[in-house]
Amino acid sequence: MDVKTWTYLIVGFTFALYIGIAIWSRAKSTKEFYVAGGNISPLSNGMATAADWMSAASFLSMAGIIAFSGYGGSVFLMGWTGGYVLLAFLVAPYLRKYGKFTVPEFIGERFYSKTARLVAVLCLILVSVTYVIGQMRGVGIAFSRFLETDITTGLLVGMGIVFFYAVLGGMKGITYTQIAQYVVLIFAFTVPAIFISLELTGNPIPQLGLIGDYKEDGTPLLQKLDTVITDLGFGQYTSAVMGSKLNMFAFTLSLMIGTAGLPHVIIRFFTVKKVSDARLSAGWALVFIAILYTTAPAVAAMARLNFTKTVQTDKVGEVSGNIEITKLPDWFDKWENTGLLKYEDKNGDGRIQYYNDSNKEFSDVAAGYGWKGNEMVKIDNDIMVLANPEIADLPGWVIALVVAGGLAAALSTAAGLLLAISSSVSHDLLKGIVMPNISDRQELNAGRASMIGAIALAGYLGINPPDFAAGTVAMAFGLAASSIFPVLIMGIFMKKINREGAIAGMVAGIGVTLLYVFQHHGVMFIASTSYLGDMQENWFFGITPKAFGAVGAIVNFVVAYIVSKVTKETPKEVQELVDDIRLPKLDEA
Amino acid sequence: MNKKEKDIPLQDTSLHSENEPMTKEQYWKKNISCVLILLSVWFIVSYGCGILFVETLNQIKIGGAGFGFWMAQQGSIYVFVALIFIYVRLMNKLENQYAASHSNHNETLTDGEENS
Repeated sequence: MDVKTWTYLIVGFTFALYIGIAIWSRAKSTKEFYVAGGNISPLSNGMATAADWMSAASFLSMAGIIAFSGYGGSVFLMGWTGGYVLLAFLVAPYLRKYGKFTVPEFIGERFYSKTARLVAVLCLILVSVTYVIGQMRGVGIAFSRFLETDITTGLLVGMGIVFFYAVLGGMKGITYTQIAQYVVLIFAFTVPAIFISLELTGNPIPQLGLIGDYKEDGTPLLQKLDTVITDLGFGQYTSAVMGSKLNMFAFTLSLMIGTAGLPHVIIRFFTVKKVSDARLSAGWALVFIAILYTTAPAVAAMARLNFTKTVQTDKVGEVSGNIEITKLPDWFDKWENTGLLKYEDKNGDGRIQYYNDSNKEFSDVAAGYGWKGNEMVKIDNDIMVLANPEIADLPGWVIALVVAGGLAAALSTAAGLLLAISSSVSHDLLKGIVMPNISDRQELNAGRASMIGAIALAGYLGINPPDFAAGTVAMAFGLAASSIFPVLIMGIFMKKINREGAIAGMVAGIGVTLLYVFQHHGVMFIASTSYLGDMQENWFFGITPKAFGAVGAIVNFVVAYIVSKVTKETPKEVQELVDDIRLPKLDEA
Repeated sequence: MNKKEKDIPLQDTSLHSENEPMTKEQYWKKNISCVLILLSVWFIVSYGCGILFVETLNQIKIGGAGFGFWMAQQGSIYVFVALIFIYVRLMNKLENQYAASHSNHNETLTDGEENS
């Protein structure tokens, strides 16, 4: 069977599975729709959270980003896992103890203000919509690349599947499909990783292969990689910093606190039975996430080495050291057709030279070899995961599995985000503010209707991506970090922070972050409106716009503290609410 | 987490008998100090080992990798996982202690389980 048949088969099978789950798990009440009835086991919730959390970016792009940034890419690994420690320690158990359905609901009650709730809803929608566009786009692109449909068709199929289980089942349907999606995606990620590790290091466990020896000559893998790429003028893999150390610090912090402030992740912890289960399921979630996150850096290093050695087959500078275009492996041509790889024979020698031509010193050396610039003009980050099975000569079904895994990652995250959006519309805006008197039944229908609206909006934006779609995922973290995380922490741990402080803090935090991003990337990412330009000299202490969420969070805390100091104290009954969520619940029986 | 707490065996059953009354404030203080200690570990393994002191630590080798690099890409994640499970155990124990000193005869704790 060829790859395409396998892909149709495996993707078709997983989709049928998701639809089956949708029909089996219809939601009958708002409690089932918003929090899956509130009796999911910690282990299941951990698995669902892992799928909810790991998006197309984690699955397809992260390993590639690390492959090309080396040590600097560690910010994603630490940032996207360390946030779970914060979630488990500072957020999840307390919001579970509070025991309601949405994040803005907590903010509204803790800060005794419909305005605070509304501001929280707006922050939530801004964060979740920027995030979901990337997922929908990912679904469309995966379809178009592998099944040769156009992006719109792929996107519509994806929307149809999500529609089925998210509208019918709400959180209940989403939870069970996410569990299935986790299994698909983790299998799809680890199987090729095991094979590539075996091939390069002889060790079947990628995490051990990373610190093991390169099979061909017995030198440590990472040392080999450093030698191979520095010989071509690239920076050392194991020490290349991303920007500066301060930037790495701020970036990691932004990603961590952004993670702990993402509403679609937080609401997953409302689905477990009790507070201790919320803590435990954060632990399980991180176990399941860590399986992928510790495999990814191994894949990154191995794929970079493999890729570089495919082009630079032997000694640098000798004519025979570079591969002849006619001898390129099949996968090379195949991926060139998809636009993820592109080479140009600039010096017309019929061979490919892949080196760092922006390194002045090495460029001069290379010119002496008769090289006229780097001929690998495009290497997409995603190629490192996508082409892995082929580089390792794995059978067609493994390639198909990677496609199904990428789709599972994108769909599971999209569904979680859509639920966060629709529940904040039906529960916070409609039931909470506009029409408080609607019945449970009416609210359930409103929830379904807003889910349909959210899917349609996400689909529309996926087909016609606005300019700001380019910055999406990293941007969403900065916004969550600067608005939602600080207000939750202050709500739980600082009784003195009052209504005025919280509102001013949220507005100031998200405002300063947006301003910083816009002044470097343009208003809503329209480049022509950027007045400072995206260049190092203009960055605040060398902190990139993506890493700025941490600064926004600090602004949020400071503003909230000062404003609370000069305004009226938090009312007594609210202070009692805070006391209550801090304490364990005793058995009344 | 003070010395005394560490010495208490982790089985829940042993806790109910030897409890002393624990006030809300004591419970909250213990919770905060437990979180702060664990968060300092969280900070050291990621920001400390993985970013601030990475070059120095890279002198030490773990397999074929420098220790700082390894912490940034592998080690910190394993420690994060361990930290959450340690926290789960410590908090369950603390909650049981609190519950035991607050219910006279009924010494079971439902941990905030909902009765709806």
